[in-house]
Amino acid sequence: MNTRGLRSQLKDSVPVTGMGQHIGAYGVQDTLRSGFSSVKNELLPSHALELSEKNFQLNQDKMNFSTLRNIQGLHAPLKLQMEYRAARQIQRLPFLQSSHLALDTLKGNDESISFEDILNDPAQSEMVGEPHIMVEYKLGLM
Amino acid sequence: MSTLSMCQTQLGGFSFENCKRNAVLETEVTKVGCRMPAARKTGTTIVGVVFKDGLVLGADTRATEGMIVADKNCSKIHYISPNIYCCGAGTAADTEMTTQIISSNLELHSLSTGRLPRVATANRMLKQMLFRYQGHIGAALVLGGMDCNGPHLYSIYPHGSTDKLPYVTMGSGSLAAMAVFEDRYKQDMEEEDAKRLVRDAIAAGIFNDLGSGSNIDLCVITKGRVDYLRPHDMANKKGVRTGNYKYKRGTTGVLTKAVTKLDLEVVEETIQTMDTS
Repeated sequence: MNTRGLRSQLKDSVPVTGMGQHIGAYGVQDTLRSGFSSVKNELLPSHALELSEKNFQLNQDKMNFSTLRNIQGLHAPLKLQMEYRAARQIQRLPFLQSSHLALDTLKGNDESISFEDILNDPAQSEMVGEPHIMVEYKLGLM
Repeated sequence: MSTLSMCQTQLGGFSFENCKRNAVLETEVTKVGCRMPAARKTGTTIVGVVFKDGLVLGADTRATEGMIVADKNCSKIHYISPNIYCCGAGTAADTEMTTQIISSNLELHSLSTGRLPRVATANRMLKQMLFRYQGHIGAALVLGGMDCNGPHLYSIYPHGSTDKLPYVTMGSGSLAAMAVFEDRYKQDMEEEDAKRLVRDAIAAGIFNDLGSGSNIDLCVITKGRVDYLRPHDMANKKGVRTGNYKYKRGTTGVLTKAVTKLDLEVVEETIQTMDTS
C-alpha cells in the first residue's frame, strides 16, 4: 500500500502520454492493427480516471523502487527488477491464461484483493486471442 | 475490437470501453426527453458515538431510488472484521463492494501479521482506495471499532478525507442527527445512555429527512463483545387495515360441486425465509 509522502509521489510518477495509436513499421499509423484513427478518440480520455488507472501500477512500481533505492542503495531495486523480469518470462503461451503466481508473490499481490480480481477477470473473458497472431506479436515477428 | 488489442493480454479491473458510448447515449436520451437510469442511493442517516468502554454505531434502514423507496429494510452496518464495523451512506453498491473488499484485505493482513486488525489500518486502506478513484466511488462511511488501543471512530468522505472524532454523523439526515448529538453528547457516557442517544439521533434523521426511514439498527462494540441489534427500534410501523373488503362466504350461490383427488407424494420440503417487511 502507499507509504510515501505526496511530494515524492509527484516527483517520480510516470508522465501522462495520452493514448496514441500504435506506430507501425514505417512510423505511420498502423491501420491494419489499430483500426481507423480519429483525433477525437485519441486526444481525450473517455473518462477522468482512464489515464490514471492505466498508469497506476507503473506509478506505484516506480515510486516503490525509488524509495527502495534511497533507503537501501541501488542494488535493491536492481535485484528486484531482475527477479520480476525472470518471473515474467515463465508464463504460458500468450493466448492462454497463466496464473502469474511467482510474479504475484514477488509483488505482494497474493495478500491483497482489489477490483482487478473481482471485475473483468481475464480468465473468464468471452473472447480468446488468435493463437498465431499473439505468438508472432510476442516473438516480435509481426 | 481491433486486432492489436487482441495481441496483448487482457487486464482485470475497470474497463472504460463504454464511456464514450454512454456519453453519446445520454445526449440522445435527453434530446428525446427521457432520463438515464439512476443508481440506487441509500439517502441515509448514519451515526457513531464513543462511550466509556466502547462505541455505538447506528443507521436507519431505507434505500431510495430517485423518489421511490427501493428497500424498506436494508442493512447499512457492514462487517469489516470481528472488532470493526462500518456504516455506509451514498450509492448502495459502492458502499457494499468497498466494505467487502476492505474486509477481505483486512482479513488477509491480519492473517499475515497474526494480530487482531486495528481500526487505523482499515481507515487508511479505505481512504487510499477512495482517493485513488477521485470520488467517483460514492461511498461515505462511518468506521468504528475496538482494538488494543481502545475505541476509535472515523468518518470517511467519498473523496478520501477522514476525521477521527468522538461522535460523527453522515448521510442526508446528518444535520438532524448532529443537532441531537451537539445538544446531548457528554464524554464517558454509560452504554445505555449512549444507545438512547444514538436511537434519538437516528429518529431525528428518520422523521426530518425524506431519504431516511423505517427502522433503527444499532451496533454496540465493546472489548470482546459485539451486539448487532437489528432492528433495535421500529420507528415507522406500517398501519393495520381497519376494514375488510373481502366478500362473506355464501354471497355467491353454489350450483354444483365436483372434487378430484390428486395423488401427490412429498419428495422434499425446504423452507426459505422471505423479507416481508
